Amino acid sequence: MKAVVSVIGKDNFGILAKVSNTCSNNFANILDVTQSVLQDMFVMVMLVDISHEKCSFMHLKNDLDQLAKSINMQISLMHEDIFNSMHRI
Amino acid sequence: MLNIKDIMETVHMIQDDNLDIRTITMGISLLDCCDTDIDRSCDKVYDKICRLAGKLVKTGEEISELYGIPIINKRVSVTPIAMLAASSGGDPVKYAKALDRAAHEIGVNFIGGYSALVHKGFASGDRELIRSIPEALSETELICSSVNVGTTKAGINMDAVAMMGETVLQAAKLTADRNCIGPAKLVVFCNAPEDNPFMAGAFHGIGEPDCVINVGVSGPGVVRAALTKHPEADLNCVADIIKKTAFKITRMGQLVGTEASRRLGVPFGIVDLSLAPTPAVGDSVAHILEEMGLEVCGIHGTTAALALLNDAVKKGGVMASSNVGGLSGAFIPVSEDAGMIDAARSGDLRIEKLEAMTSVCSVGLDMIVIPGDTPAEIISAIIADEAAIGMVNSKTTAVRVIPAIGKDVGEELEFGGLLGSGPVMKINLDRSPAKFISRGGRIPAPIQALKN
Repeated sequence: MKAVVSVIGKDNFGILAKVSNTCSNNFANILDVTQSVLQDMFVMVMLVDISHEKCSFMHLKNDLDQLAKSINMQISLMHEDIFNSMHRI
Repeated sequence: MLNIKDIMETVHMIQDDNLDIRTITMGISLLDCCDTDIDRSCDKVYDKICRLAGKLVKTGEEISELYGIPIINKRVSVTPIAMLAASSGGDPVKYAKALDRAAHEIGVNFIGGYSALVHKGFASGDRELIRSIPEALSETELICSSVNVGTTKAGINMDAVAMMGETVLQAAKLTADRNCIGPAKLVVFCNAPEDNPFMAGAFHGIGEPDCVINVGVSGPGVVRAALTKHPEADLNCVADIIKKTAFKITRMGQLVGTEASRRLGVPFGIVDLSLAPTPAVGDSVAHILEEMGLEVCGIHGTTAALALLNDAVKKGGVMASSNVGGLSGAFIPVSEDAGMIDAARSGDLRIEKLEAMTSVCSVGLDMIVIPGDTPAEIISAIIADEAAIGMVNSKTTAVRVIPAIGKDVGEELEFGGLLGSGPVMKINLDRSPAKFISRGGRIPAPIQALKN
């Protein structure tokens, strides 16, 4: 099972490191990372594999929510199927 | 990997443009709960609903977390209760209370199906159920009721129309101390769909399987946001933008419905392709019409703009789902739509224009607050007009008007939550249709050829 982590906000030091660290602590394997600046906002999208037996979707989501508050960014974790169904026929 | 722009588009739709799944509705047949003893029948109803829908709310919440998309409502629709009342006899309000208890137990927002289908005439149990609607709505919290008074094939049962005018008024009087909430949960239909997941008109039709999952999507804010990016586009292009957006919204509904069906072990029924507004800013159908170029919703041009919107939503949505059904179209509930509330307050949106709009879009005169001193026969006449539009045009129409007891034009009624608030709208009370309504009988079914 794969999920997409999206991070939006003002650019700053160490965002990638902090998000990667949270993923790694939750046994989510990072498969791909893309980042860009869209409409003056820093945007990072990460594809993670969450099929490891010790990986809990809800734990990862809670940890990312906490991280989002502490670094003042918007972070969301969503199953990749929602993007596939919406953007691919 | 997925395109970053696509991903951000989805995230923006949800976080900024109020995209959500409006409802997952489980349809449950209660035909096997019929019993000649009403108390036994009520127990069976309660048990079956709790058994089949016990995990509905939890499952909805899990799916919402997994996909990151809000699922606002989890609801249940059941077989029209008049059919159970026919075999058990007794006071139908007992069923309403059993349904209400079950709804509270499983944690759903609403349960629909306190209904009767009387388009061609009254069967055993139908009259009793209709007479009990005001009391049932006043003594329960989560029950929604509907009555189908006409179809294109059967015509309009004007005896039922006359009864419903009284019923709506009575429901308002009995809940006058609670902002007349009763009639906000009562819909009078023509051509009622059997698989509608939206309240207050949802019921589980007799042609449906034992249990089924139907999904209603939303997303007026997303359509408006997409149009904002193309202020100079011509109407062909506007229709294309709406189609593409509706496709994406509906795909999400299909995904959620399929997943809910898999997890609950219940067949997936339909996605209802509807643009359902809420009173929240940025979630308004009226604002889409205004984005198309109308200064305010309700002026001349509104019907044409709405026709374009409604058709494009269907065209975009149909390809996105394996099965489409329910009401499918743009909703125009006045009190639930921030733009319509403003237009009604300013006097630009009038009931006559709303009636015209219902001939080209989904549903009908929906969530319209009318003066509290409106006589029953005028409410019946409003219902008859709306049913005639549905009957002749082979489409669903409905009336959900709320007589604001003790209030007059200019004052407002506040329901709160998704039901919103609305100004009392002016209607023509000067002349009476009483003679026409009191004639009774049936308006015959219209001819289906020679269409003009």
